[in-house]
Amino acid sequence: MSTLTPILSAHWNEADSFTMASYKRHGGYKAIETALKSTPDEVIAQIKESGLRGRGGAGFPTGSKWGFIPQGDNKAHYLVVNADESEPGTCKDIPLLLANPHVLIEGIIIGSYAIRANHSFIYLRGEVVHVFRRVQKAIEDAYAAGLLGKNILGSGFDLELTLHAGAGAYICGEETALLDSLEGFRGQPRLRPPFPAIAGLYAMPTVVNNVESIASVPSIINSGVEWFQSMGTEKSKGYTLYSLSGHVANPGQFEAPLGITLREILELAGGIRAGHQLKFWTPGGSSTPMFTAEHLDVPLDYEGVSAAGSMLGTKALQIFDETTCVVRAVLRWVEFYKHESCGKCTPCREGTWWLVQMLKDLEAGKGTEADLEKLLDLCDNIAGRSFCALADGAVSPIISSLKYFRSEYITHLTNGGCPFDPVASTLFETAGA
Amino acid sequence: MTPEQAVVSVETVSAIIDGLEVTVPKGTLIIRAAEQLGIAIPRFCDHPLLAPAGACRQCLVDVEINGRAFPKPQASCTMPVENNMVVKTQNTSPVAAKAQEGIMEFLLINHPLDCPVCDKGGECPLQNQAMSAGRSETRFEGEKRTFEKPINISSQVLLDRERCVLCARCTRFSEEIAGDPFITLNERGALQQVGIYENQPFESYYSGNTVQICPVGALTGASYRFRARPFDLVSVNSACEHCASGCDLRTDIRRGKTLRRLAGDDPAVNQEWNCDKGRWAFKYLTTRERVKSPLVRGSDGELHEASWPEALAAAAAGLKGKRVGVLTGGRLTHEDAYGYSKFARVALGTNDIDFRARPHSDEERDFLAAVVTDLKTSYLDIDKADHVVLLSFEPEEESPIVFLRVYRQVRKRGLLVTSDAPIASRGSQKLNATLVKSALDISGLTSQSVILVGERAAEVEGALSAALELAQSSGAKLAWIPRRAGERGALAAGALGNLLPGNRPVADSAARVDLQSAWGVNSLPTTPGRSTAEILSALNDESLDAVVIGGVDPMDISVDALNQLLNTFVVSLEISHSAVTAIADVVLPVAAVIEKSGSYLDWRGSARRFDKGLEDAELRSDVRILSMLADEMGAPINLPTVSATAREIESLGSWDGAKPTMNKRAYVAPAVEEMTLVSWRFLLDLGTLQLGEANLAGTAKEARAHISSATAATLGVTEADLVVISSDLGSIELPVSIREIADNLVWVPRNSAGSQVIPSLGFASGAVKVAKR
Repeated sequence: MSTLTPILSAHWNEADSFTMASYKRHGGYKAIETALKSTPDEVIAQIKESGLRGRGGAGFPTGSKWGFIPQGDNKAHYLVVNADESEPGTCKDIPLLLANPHVLIEGIIIGSYAIRANHSFIYLRGEVVHVFRRVQKAIEDAYAAGLLGKNILGSGFDLELTLHAGAGAYICGEETALLDSLEGFRGQPRLRPPFPAIAGLYAMPTVVNNVESIASVPSIINSGVEWFQSMGTEKSKGYTLYSLSGHVANPGQFEAPLGITLREILELAGGIRAGHQLKFWTPGGSSTPMFTAEHLDVPLDYEGVSAAGSMLGTKALQIFDETTCVVRAVLRWVEFYKHESCGKCTPCREGTWWLVQMLKDLEAGKGTEADLEKLLDLCDNIAGRSFCALADGAVSPIISSLKYFRSEYITHLTNGGCPFDPVASTLFETAGA
Repeated sequence: MTPEQAVVSVETVSAIIDGLEVTVPKGTLIIRAAEQLGIAIPRFCDHPLLAPAGACRQCLVDVEINGRAFPKPQASCTMPVENNMVVKTQNTSPVAAKAQEGIMEFLLINHPLDCPVCDKGGECPLQNQAMSAGRSETRFEGEKRTFEKPINISSQVLLDRERCVLCARCTRFSEEIAGDPFITLNERGALQQVGIYENQPFESYYSGNTVQICPVGALTGASYRFRARPFDLVSVNSACEHCASGCDLRTDIRRGKTLRRLAGDDPAVNQEWNCDKGRWAFKYLTTRERVKSPLVRGSDGELHEASWPEALAAAAAGLKGKRVGVLTGGRLTHEDAYGYSKFARVALGTNDIDFRARPHSDEERDFLAAVVTDLKTSYLDIDKADHVVLLSFEPEEESPIVFLRVYRQVRKRGLLVTSDAPIASRGSQKLNATLVKSALDISGLTSQSVILVGERAAEVEGALSAALELAQSSGAKLAWIPRRAGERGALAAGALGNLLPGNRPVADSAARVDLQSAWGVNSLPTTPGRSTAEILSALNDESLDAVVIGGVDPMDISVDALNQLLNTFVVSLEISHSAVTAIADVVLPVAAVIEKSGSYLDWRGSARRFDKGLEDAELRSDVRILSMLADEMGAPINLPTVSATAREIESLGSWDGAKPTMNKRAYVAPAVEEMTLVSWRFLLDLGTLQLGEANLAGTAKEARAHISSATAATLGVTEADLVVISSDLGSIELPVSIREIADNLVWVPRNSAGSQVIPSLGFASGAVKVAKR
C-alpha cells in the first residue's frame, strides 16, 4: 500500500508557506548551491539518471529534453516553464505556485544553469491573477536575495526570470503555441520540425517544461538520484501530484509515488461521497480516455495507465458517481474543446463544431443508433488527423464513453431525453447525497 | 520548383509513391514529388511559393520510412521526401483516402452551398476537390456558421467570411511575399476569420494576389465580383503594359470585353504574382474617352471624324517634305517603337526621334546607347546577389515585381540593400535598406553585387556616370530599370536620336550602310537627332515644322511642352482623347494592348510577347498605321503587320560592330537650396493607364509632404497640418508627415491626387518655398 509522500506539498498547510523565509526554513535554496558547484552537464546527467519524466502530460524524460539543447552554439538558450494549466480537472500547478512558488524558482535556476540559459520565462495562465501576484512577489524576493540576476551566489552564472501572463487560451498550453504567444503572436501551434530544442523561443534553442517537472528538480539535487528512484515504478520514477476532484469526500492534491492506484487514493481521500458509487473517472484530465470502477487497481504511472487504454496525462483524477449523466459530462467537455480549438486546422475546428451539435441532439434524445456510429466515424476522422493533440483530447471522452456506456446513450434515445436529474449530481445537492 | 533552383540543387533523394519510384532534390515535399509522378494529392493551404502551413490537413497520406510506418497519416505538404520512404496516397491507401474524405466533409459543413452565385464556382479548388475527394451526400444535419457578408478589407478586395476555409494562404502571402502583413487571422475555433487591423486597411500593392490564390470564393475583387462565370471567359496570354518588370499575365475576356487579368506563371520573372496595377488597371481600355475613329481638324478649327483614307491623306500632306520630329512615349511595344523608328528615318528622313517622355538628359542618351543596350542583368542575379544597390530607384513604386524579388532575398537570407533615396520609403524600410547620399558613398561591392538604376538618375548630372563607374570598378552587375514597359523596347528599336534599330549607332557609317541595305533604302539621315526637349523647343522656334506623337502626356515632360506644340502640325496616334489630341491636326486611333499582339522588352531586355485578346478588334497597332501613312507619303516602310515587323526585327539582328563609348560626366550633387523638393511617383497615382478604376484608386497612398521634425518646428506645423509648397509657377497644398529626412528637403509624390508636381510647380525637383498654410 502506497502512502503519501509530501515533498512539494509538505508545508502547504503552513500559513507562510509561500514565503522565502518558509522555503528556506525547510531547506530551500540549498539545491542551487550544490548544483552551481557541479558542471551543467553533471546536472543534466543527474536528472537523466533520476528518471524524472515530464509532469505536464506527455511524460517525456526531462533530462533527455535538456540534453537536446545544442551546446557551444553561441546562441541564447531559453528555459520556458509551462504554467498554463487549463486542462479540465487539472489543479496541481496552480496550487503548487500559490503555496510554494520558490521551489519552482529554485528549479528554474538549476534547469537554466544546466541548459546554459541566461533568461527564463514562466508562462502563467492569465486567469489566476492571485497566483500571478504571488509568483511575481517570489521572483522579486529572489532577485533581492541575489538568487536571480547577475552572478548568482557568486557563481558567475546570470539568470533573468520573466513572468508572463497568458490571455486565456487552452491551446497556449501546447508548447509551440505557448512560444508563439510568449513572442506576442496569437497562440497557435507551430509546424515541427524545427523542434523547440533547435528553434524555439525567438528561434533559439529552448526547453519547455511543466511547472511540476521543474519544481521536482531541487528535491533530486538535494536528496539524490537513488532517493528519487526509490519511489515510483520501474519506468515511472519518483513522486508526483495527483489532483482529485469531483464526487469524493475530500478532494484535493495528493502527492504520492507514481504507480499508486485510484483505490488507494480514494481511501486516503475518504472515498466517494457518502452513499454513492464510482461510475467513471479520468486518469489525467478530460482529454484522457475515461476509466470505470473496473480500473480502480490500475497503477497510475505512465505505463500502467497506457496499458489499460488511457494516458496518465496530468494525473487529474476527476471522479463521477452514478448520479452523473455520462452523455452530459462528455458534451460539457467537448463544448470546452470546441471553445478552445484554435482554428488552425480543419478537423479540430470544424469537427468539434459538429461534435457538439451531435452530442446536444443525443443528450436531448434526438437521433438513432446510427448516429452513434456516425459520431464514432467523425471521431475517427478527427483523431490523429489534426495539427496538434487538442483534437485527440476532444474525441477521447466520446470514444471511451461509448466504449463503456453505449447503453446509456441509447437510453437517451429511447427515453426521448436525458434520464438523469442533473441536480442530483451537483455537490450542493444534499437530499439525494 | 523554379528552373534556377534546379541548377543549384545537387543532392537528391528517392522514394516510392503509390508504387512508383521518384527521385527529387533533397528537401522536396512529398506533395511536390507526387506531382512529378502525376499524382494529385488534394490540398488547400499548400502553395509552392509559400512556407508550408499544414493547416488544412487535406493532403494526408500514409508514410513509412525504413519499413516503419507512421501510426497516423501525415500532411504531405509539410514532410520532405527521404530515402527509403514509402508513401501511399489516397490512390493506394484506404486510410489516407478516408482521412482525406473526412477532412473534405469537415471543410464543407460550414461552407455555404452558394456555388451558383459564387465568383469562384467553375474554377474553385474546393468545388473541384469536393468532387474528387469528397462524399456525394452530406451527413451534416446541424447549423452552419454564418457571418455578415461581405466585408470590404480594402476598396478592391472583399471578404465573404463564411466561405473561407482558413487555409491562411492570403495571410501568408501578405506577410511572406509582399511584406505587408495587413491582414491576419483572428478569433479562434470555427469563428476564426481573416481580418484587418482597425485603423489600417489592406492597402498593399500586391493585394490582388490573395484573391487569385484563395482556394475558395472568400476573397473577391470588387471590380470582377458577380461579373462573369469562369466558363464563359476566354483566356489569352498577355504581358503587362504597366511597367518594365515584365509580368506574364492572363487576360480573361467575355463577349469582347476584358473582365479581369490574372498573374501568369513565369518562374524566371513574376513567379505567380503581379501587382494590383497590373491586375486591375485595365478600365482605360473601355473608357468613353477612347478614340474610335480618325479625326481631322477642319477649316472651322474643330476636329471632325474622318475616314482612314482622308485622315492618312491629311497627315501625309502635313508631314511630307517637312522637318518633322517624332515623340513616341514610353508605352509602346517593341514592334510599334520599331515602326516609329523606321518611319522617322525612311519616311521623314530624320533622326529627330526620342522615346523619353519624362525628364531626361544627354548623359542619359549616351548611357542608353553605350551601356544599357548591352546589359543582361536578370532576376536570377538578384536572387544570387550579395548586395543590391538602388540608385534613383524605388522598386516597390517603380517596378513592383523587382521589389518582390529583392524582398524575397532580404527575408530569406538578409540580403544587403543600399539606396541613394533621400528618404526611407515604405519599400526601403521593408528591404531594411541603408540610405546613402549618392553612388559615390558606396563601397564594398563585388562581382556578385547588383546595381539597379532607375530612370530618375537622368535628373541628376553625373548620376548615371557614377553608377557606371561603380559597376566598372567593382565588377558588379548593372541594370537600368525604367518605369514604363516600352522604354527598353524603344531603345532596342532605335527610337532615340543617336541610335538606329538593333543598337546601330547613327554616327557609325558602317552601321548605317548595314541598315540601308537591310531596309533597301539609298540613304539614312546622318545627323544625330534631337532629344525630346530639343524637339519641343525646335517646334516652338519653328526649326521643326511638324511632329508625330505616340502616347505622350506632355505634363510628364515639362510644363511648357504642350504650349510648344500649339503652333505646329501635330499628328497624334492615341488610344484615348488627351491634351495632345485636343490640339492635334490629325488624330489616328490605335489599338491598346488587348486589341493587338506584340511584345515588350522588360528591364532585362527580354521579350515579353502577348497575343491579341479581342479577335474582332477594329483598331490597328501603331506600326500598321505608320506603314499606311508611309505608303501615303510615298516612302513605304513595309511593315503591314505586327508579325511582319517582329520578323524584320529578328532578321535585322543586333549590331556587332563598334559600340559608342560613354562619355562620363562628373557627379554634381544637387544644389543645396534653402528648401529643395524631391519626388518620385507612387505606383498607384493619377497615371493615364489607371483611369476609370475607382476601386484600385481607393488603395492609392495618400499624398503628404514629408519634412523633418526640425523643419516642421521651424514652420510651426505638426503632423497632418497643411503646408503650401510653391515655386514661381504655382503651388501645391498638402498635409505634413514628419519623417527622417534632411532638414532642407521636402518629399512629395510626383503625380498623385493633390500633388501633381510638374504641372503645378513646373519641375520634378528643385528649389521651392514651404510655408504653413
